Amino acid sequence: MIYQDSKTLLKIRGLCATVNNSEILKGIDLTIKSGEIHAIMGTNGSGKSTLAKVLAGHTSYEITGGTVDFEGKNLFDLAPEERARAGIFLGFQYPIEIPGVANNQFLRLAFNTAQVQQNKDELDPLEFDDLVREKMKLLEMNPDFLDRSVNENFSGGEKKRNEILQMSLLDPKIAILDETDSGLDIDALRIVSNGVNQLANKDNATILVTHYQRMLNYIVPDYVHVMDSGRIVKTGGKELALDLEKHGYDWVNIEKTAAVGA
Amino acid sequence: MSVGADSKSLKNLLQGQSQLSASPLDRVNQLRTNAVNQVNILNLPTKHDEDWRFTDISPLTKISFQPVREASPLKNSDVEHFYLTEAVTRLVFIDGIYAPHLSTQIAEPFKKSGVVVSSLAAASSENLAAIESHLGYHTELQDNIFAALNTSFLHEGALIIVPRNISVETPIHLLFIATQKEVSSHPRCLLIAEPNSRVTVIEDYVTLREETYITNTVAEFALADSAHVDHVRIQRDSKEAFHIANCSVSLAQKSNYQSVSIAFGARISRYNLNVLLKGEGAECTADGLALISNRQLADTHACIDHIKPHCTSHQLHKCIIDDAAHAVFNGKIIVRPDAQLTNSTQSNRNLLLTSKARIDTKPQLEIFADDVKCAHGATIGQLDNEEIFYLKSRGLSEVTARDLLTYAFGAEVIERIPVASLKLRLEQVVHKQTQRD
Repeated sequence: MIYQDSKTLLKIRGLCATVNNSEILKGIDLTIKSGEIHAIMGTNGSGKSTLAKVLAGHTSYEITGGTVDFEGKNLFDLAPEERARAGIFLGFQYPIEIPGVANNQFLRLAFNTAQVQQNKDELDPLEFDDLVREKMKLLEMNPDFLDRSVNENFSGGEKKRNEILQMSLLDPKIAILDETDSGLDIDALRIVSNGVNQLANKDNATILVTHYQRMLNYIVPDYVHVMDSGRIVKTGGKELALDLEKHGYDWVNIEKTAAVGA
Repeated sequence: MSVGADSKSLKNLLQGQSQLSASPLDRVNQLRTNAVNQVNILNLPTKHDEDWRFTDISPLTKISFQPVREASPLKNSDVEHFYLTEAVTRLVFIDGIYAPHLSTQIAEPFKKSGVVVSSLAAASSENLAAIESHLGYHTELQDNIFAALNTSFLHEGALIIVPRNISVETPIHLLFIATQKEVSSHPRCLLIAEPNSRVTVIEDYVTLREETYITNTVAEFALADSAHVDHVRIQRDSKEAFHIANCSVSLAQKSNYQSVSIAFGARISRYNLNVLLKGEGAECTADGLALISNRQLADTHACIDHIKPHCTSHQLHKCIIDDAAHAVFNGKIIVRPDAQLTNSTQSNRNLLLTSKARIDTKPQLEIFADDVKCAHGATIGQLDNEEIFYLKSRGLSEVTARDLLTYAFGAEVIERIPVASLKLRLEQVVHKQTQRD
C-alpha cells in the first residue's frame, strides 16, 4: 500500500550488470518505499530474475554501472549474508535442496543469526519449535516438514511455502520473491499469497518478480513494472498487469515502438 | 620387487598362529589348515595388482605385528562410553579376544526361541550343523591373502543365528576394541538369518589408544528366504592403524540386506564388500561414507553380483576428503545372463576439501542380461556455489555455510543408520570434523 509518510528503502539508479561478459541489466531505475508492493513482470530473458539475484548479491553477476542505495547505505558494500542480515530477503525460484540438514536446524540457524544481528536473544530448540509451528500454521504446512531435510523431495508448492516460512521468520524489510508463483497449483497459490499478504505491513516492502498475472489476483501490487531486454519499459498501477494478460508482452513492445515513432 | 620384505612380513603376520589350540569344531580346524596353505602361496598385494592399484599397503610390512595372548583387563567403566542405549545385547572383543564379562546375553525369550548371540568358540552342539554349512563358505580365500590370514587365526568370533520367523527387535552390538600397539587381531563374524527372520547388527571397531596395530576382519552374512538384515558397520580405529575388512553377503529369495558402512579411522583402510543376490526378488542397499583427513587412506571395493531375476540393489557411497587424504572407490555391479529385470543404482559422490585431497573412483558395470535397469554415476567436486549462495542469502556467513554443507554431505549417509543413539553420536563426529577453525 502507498503511504504518505513512507520512507525510501531502496533506490536503484542506472543499474547495469553482466554475466560472462554479456549485458543483462542495461540501466534500471526503481525506487521502493516502505509499505509498497511492486510487481516486476516480463518475458523469459528480460532480466527480471537477474535483477532479483543482483540485489541479493549473487556472485555470478558483475555490476558494471549504476548505484543501489539501501536505507542510506551502498548495497554493493555489503556481502550477500550482510544484506540478508540487514533485511533483504530473496525467495528463490528454485530453492536449493540440502539433504542431510534438518529443516528445523536450518531455520533456527538462520533465525538466530538474525536475532544476534538485532541484539535479540537466540532461541533454544524448544522455544524455536513453538515459534516455527505457529508460523507454519499461517502457511498450512505440515509440521513433518521440520524433521525432513531442507527442501529434499519437497514438491514445488512445498518448497515455495518453505521459502515464505523463512521470510516470515526473518521478517525482512524488503522481500524479493522470484517467480514464487511458478509451479504452484491454485490452492498453494492462494495459501502462499495469503502468507505474503499477512507479512506485508507499512514498514516493509515486497517485490514480486513474475511472468504471469495470476498471482496478482491474490497479492495486489501498488506498482507494476514491465521489463524488456534489461530495462524497465513501462510502469503503471495494478491494471497494467491485466492489460498485459489480455494483450501479451508484444503489446508493450508495440506501444514502445509506436511511442518512439511518434 | 621386495620379495624379501613380503615374506618377512607374512611370517610376522602368521606369528603366533601355530600356538593356537585346536578348535573343538572340525570345520574350524579344516578351514585353518587350508587358510595357512593359502597364506603361504599368496603374496601381499602391491600396486601392480589391479585390485590394489591405488592402495599401497607396503607400510604394513615395516612393522612387526603379533596377536595378543591375553586380553587387557578392562572394566565396564573403561569402555562403557562405546555402548549403545538401544543395543541391550552386546558381544565385546578386546584386541580380538572375546570378553564375556563386558558382553551381555540376548534376552531370555529370544534365547528360548533359539536366537544365538555368542562367541563362535562357545557355540553349542545344536548350532554345529548351521556353522558347518556356513562358516567359511561365503568367503573366497583364493587371491585374498587377508581373508586367508583371518581364517588362519579362526578361533573366537561373533556368532549370530536368528531362527525362522523370529524378529529380534533390539540391535545387536558387536564391539571390537583395540587397546595395544603392534598387535594383530582377526575378528570374525558369522550371521545366519533363517527364513523370514529379522535382525539389526552393528559391527563397531573402536580404539582406546591412538596406536599402530592391524585389524583384519572377515564377516559372513547368510540371509535365507525373506530374511531381513540391517547391517551397520563403523570403522573408527586409531588413525595410525591398519584396517582390512572382508564382508560377504549371500541373499536368498526375497531377502533384504540394508547396510551402512562408515569409515572415520585408520591410517590405511580397505573394505571389500561382496554381495551375491542369489535368489529371485532379493534386495540390497549398500551405502557408505568415508570421512578422512591428514594422510589417511580409505579404500572401498564393493561387488554386487546379480545372479537371479527381479533383484534390486542400491548403493550410495560418499567420501569427504580433507588435507592430503586419499579415498578409493571401486564399485562393481555384475548382472548375470539370468538376472533379467534387475534394478540397480550406484552413485559415488566425493567432496574434496583441499587441493591435495585425492579420490580414485571406478564404477564398473558388467551387464550380461538385456532387460535391466542400471544407473550409475560418480561426481567429484567442491561445494556447490548455488548452495552456498542460498545459505548466505539467509544470513549465514561463508564459513558457516560451507561447514553446514560439508556436514550435510556426510549426514545424508549417517541419517540412514536405523539406530538413533548411534546416529546422533556419529552426527556429532561428522559435525566436529567438518567445522573449520
